[in-house]
Amino acid sequence: MSKKTLIPIGPYHPLQEEPELFKLYCDGEIVKDIKWETGYNHRGIEKLSESKTYEQVFFLVERICGICSNSHPFAFANAVEEIANIEITNRTKYIRSIIAELERIHSHLLWVGLAGHFLGYNTVFMWAWKYREPTLDLFEMITGNRNSYGMFKVGGVRRDIEESKIPVIQNVLDDIKKKTDLLAGAVMDDPVIHARTKGVGILTLQDVIDYGAVGPTARASGLEIDVRKDDPYAAYPLVNWKVITAQAGDVFAKAEVRLLEMYESISIIEQCLAGLKKEKEGDIEVKVREIPEGIGNGRAEAPRGEVFHFVMSDGSTSPVRHKIRAPSYVNIATFRKSCIGQTIADATISLAAVDPCYCCTERMAVAYDIHSGKKILNAEELISISVKRTREIKDSD
Amino acid sequence: MGFKSYCFKKSLWVFHFGGASCNNCDIEILDCLTPRHDLERFGILLVGSIRHADVLLVNGIINHHDKERLIEIYNQAPKPILVVAIGACGCTGGLFTESYTFAGPVDKVIPVNAYVPGCPPKPEAIIAGIVKLVNNS
Repeated sequence: MSKKTLIPIGPYHPLQEEPELFKLYCDGEIVKDIKWETGYNHRGIEKLSESKTYEQVFFLVERICGICSNSHPFAFANAVEEIANIEITNRTKYIRSIIAELERIHSHLLWVGLAGHFLGYNTVFMWAWKYREPTLDLFEMITGNRNSYGMFKVGGVRRDIEESKIPVIQNVLDDIKKKTDLLAGAVMDDPVIHARTKGVGILTLQDVIDYGAVGPTARASGLEIDVRKDDPYAAYPLVNWKVITAQAGDVFAKAEVRLLEMYESISIIEQCLAGLKKEKEGDIEVKVREIPEGIGNGRAEAPRGEVFHFVMSDGSTSPVRHKIRAPSYVNIATFRKSCIGQTIADATISLAAVDPCYCCTERMAVAYDIHSGKKILNAEELISISVKRTREIKDSD
Repeated sequence: MGFKSYCFKKSLWVFHFGGASCNNCDIEILDCLTPRHDLERFGILLVGSIRHADVLLVNGIINHHDKERLIEIYNQAPKPILVVAIGACGCTGGLFTESYTFAGPVDKVIPVNAYVPGCPPKPEAIIAGIVKLVNNS
């Protein structure tokens, strides 16, 4: 039997922006097994959310993840609006969709850049991030901040997009479209990128279904899954667009899906801007008196896939239970299919290909005793503690 | 010229420690290096090892899991080192002060030389913070 070498990546590694630990068990240069440890990024957001009012939770869920800082408020708004049965105005729908799609453009550009960086292709990194800047400028103009936008509230949005801003947005979009053409040309036609990404980290359609992958990761393997089409919300049923899929399932297909999705996003924004002109200016919110008792499920398509929020309300000002499932949570599990059997050099880009976001994923922490290495609490133990407590309360009554 | 200011006279090499953050500050730090802001023209370079670094950028809150690691990384750093806390979480804990995983803002764990507030601070603010720090040390 051959001996396996352990190669740790992280938790603080130059390759990663976020702290997480990958353990690659290698035989020679081939990855035989992969394990990952998280918990470096856990902030206890679900618990914090129970102590905040509905208005405040928007600012909290926005800070789950900086890159998709619009999708979490979007899903939360959908969930709360389901509880309170609120019908939002058309102008709100358009503004929400514009922000969501702008975010998709900036997130996909960011990914293309980072993927180039992981391949040792720093020119692509610099280009993509340079072309991303105008999108951030648009955000700053519309919402007042480059990243965390603070646009959402129950029943509406906080700021309107005035008539005078529409031509500016249109100009920037035209510019982004040209730059995307350039970038897509450079990435799609480059023989080195073809050699490094084609046939690497393949996920078959069956793998994707087995692991329940979502977003571009699933769409690159031929699975037509998109919350915007499957469970339409906001302005997506009002505009024309199509779900982009590819068949190969490798890293190249994932890049292709993301680049083509940017064109769809630009087209959606253009249609939303046209729709915005027909609606009355300033009609951006519905007054909400109270959130009644009930359960709400909210879904939204983040740049990485489906974000799911479950909110339980008891009629008070803050949620009783708030459950969050981010897309990376399911996508990260596909590493076992895409990385095992690859060389170490290819494992890196396979890891990056799903666009993992660990700050989204870390919803539960397991504590280890640093001296003995013993696990202090795992999920079952936590559940058993909880069950015990319920029993105690029951018995005391 | 003292020893400390002599050390920070030329190219500053930066090591980035992302605590329990939301990624916004991480991205704005990376943004400083890309063509629009291009910090590399001042010789400021992001390095992969703390042993090569003059500046330690820390963002995000520090949770119980990170705390030991941050202290270890700080101890490994060649001294003198400048520590910069980036963002509202790094400076004070921001939204997460009441969280059960909160083990203190950065300055409760290691000594901090400069604070760059904002959620997230703009790349211009991060650059201004580092320039101010270098001029004062």
